[in-house]
Amino acid sequence: MIIKGKVHKFGNDVNTDDIIAAKYLVTTDEKELGKHCMENIASGFPQRVKPGAIIVAGKNFGCGSSREHAPRALKGCGVAAVVARSFAGIFFRNAINIGLPFLQLEEVDPVRSPRRRRGSRLRRLASNGVDKIKDGDILEIDLGSGIIKNLNSQQAYQTQAFPSFLQEIIRYGGLIHWIKARHKKEKK
Amino acid sequence: MAYTIAEKILLAHTDKKDIHQAEFIEAKIDLALGNDITAPFAIEEFRKSGVKRVFNNQKIVLVPDHFAPAKDLKSANQCRILADFAKEHKLKNYFEVGCMGIEHALLPEKGLISPGDLAIGADSHTCTYGALGSFATGVGSTDLARAFIDGKCWLKVPATIKFIYKGKLKKWMSGKDLILYTIGQIGVDGALGKVMEFSGPIINKLSMDDRFAMSNMAIEAGGVTGIIEPDEITFDFVKRVHSQKSIVHSKKLRTPNSGLRTLKSDPDAHYEKIYEYDVSKLEPLVACPHLPSNVKPASKLGDITLDQVVIGSCTNGRISDLRIAAKILKGKKIKQGLRLIIIPATQEVYLEAVKEGLAEIFVRAGGVFSTPTCGPCLGGHMGILSEGERCLATTNRNFIGRMGSPKSEVYLSSPAVAVASAIKGRITHPEAL
Repeated sequence: MIIKGKVHKFGNDVNTDDIIAAKYLVTTDEKELGKHCMENIASGFPQRVKPGAIIVAGKNFGCGSSREHAPRALKGCGVAAVVARSFAGIFFRNAINIGLPFLQLEEVDPVRSPRRRRGSRLRRLASNGVDKIKDGDILEIDLGSGIIKNLNSQQAYQTQAFPSFLQEIIRYGGLIHWIKARHKKEKK
Repeated sequence: MAYTIAEKILLAHTDKKDIHQAEFIEAKIDLALGNDITAPFAIEEFRKSGVKRVFNNQKIVLVPDHFAPAKDLKSANQCRILADFAKEHKLKNYFEVGCMGIEHALLPEKGLISPGDLAIGADSHTCTYGALGSFATGVGSTDLARAFIDGKCWLKVPATIKFIYKGKLKKWMSGKDLILYTIGQIGVDGALGKVMEFSGPIINKLSMDDRFAMSNMAIEAGGVTGIIEPDEITFDFVKRVHSQKSIVHSKKLRTPNSGLRTLKSDPDAHYEKIYEYDVSKLEPLVACPHLPSNVKPASKLGDITLDQVVIGSCTNGRISDLRIAAKILKGKKIKQGLRLIIIPATQEVYLEAVKEGLAEIFVRAGGVFSTPTCGPCLGGHMGILSEGERCLATTNRNFIGRMGSPKSEVYLSSPAVAVASAIKGRITHPEAL
């Protein structure tokens, strides 16, 4: 699957209260949650989100509370994917479980150019991949290969693939679908 | 093979013969917890799965505590979802207003957590129970729904970081100060995805309430859980709660057996890192806006005036927290114009505070004494901050807008610093009174 959209940049330690403040946790409606996404730190964010929008952030994205409302609010307001240097543990598992696409662009990630011979130069950019992506850039993300292309700077980044166990949950479209399929298999 | 205590507990909850760091496991859980914010999503997902019955009606705990007693109609509807689900599935451990408390103070008090347990909760501060020598971790609502179905949870076996605390604690120092210091040292992602194991001579002498406060905030450093090897202090606590008549919901009246007494990390267990802190020179600390790692000594903060002080939460709403607050406050008045809000974590703590006369001290000093609720800690109700207001709280997070307006400020401290500051009207070391 290919996601193409505009970058919305955020810093380090974006917490789940930033993503969706607790006062809005009185509904399970994703669209309703989406209306208040990032309200405390980026007022008017949901209005700026266009289809395919991609959040690019620093380290520890989604830290704080366990609220699954956070990845659901991101989905609800139309965010197509999140790219960050690292993700907080519970946000990570929530995003897997509900199928919010996210990619980890670590400082040590190797970078591969669309044209291989430029690989060595691009490799040096790897140390600050997230920094090189600017607010408003257009990214093209291939979720299958984990390659992020910045269409503005023409740089490409290889992100880490998920372990096979997690890939399986993602393939089934989330944890509940995965468990249902597995129980069906066990019954047979 | 040598294991840490966390690895031993995980291994005991799988069918595997051995276990390795970074490996994915499907673990059988002893307990799954949800609250009025996270359980509605879980219940919705459970219903969507088409499964008719929960895996076990004794191992699921539902506590409406965040916006309860319901603060408005929408919250009331959320709480209703829990009550109806509990009735439908005959859940033994649903705690309605009147028996409820803040979940992470309530569950240990009700004897629902024992050393060696594997507990998951759709609430990040589930890591609190690590203080009892259990592997307890926060998960999401869909994880909870899955646990409702088959009593299992996927986990990546985390590496462990060991923290050794040495020296002698100065007067006024508490578990809260130790954990604030630790988060200040390693940062809000210093233990991201790792188990924090707290140990050393200081921890060995720490009371259960102080241990709970430490383990509670492991998540503020990104920790999966904050675990402490069970010892005599742990076993005394477990024995005491099991002997009390209030324990009516206990899933198993399991008193610690000899097996649990050897529940310790192996001497040659692998730790990713070991931090050793001499804490003899430390003095009470405050986490300044807007991260729990932004830690400074209370005495060196200068003139930080306050509009509100909150004492409560799953971090510091236990009886020993209220006792120290009352001891400092006795015979004194809080600063005029300041609001002091004291929230006992559970009904038992509430009752004890009334019996011991603590409630009267708080009210006479000009504070309010509330029914148990998470309330203001997450900006729910019972003390929301307006634009420009500043609060010192014994809670666990000081993110932007955490307690109300995004233009308000939250500072975090121990109950002793909080109550001393309520008297002075500005952040104060208790010694300065």
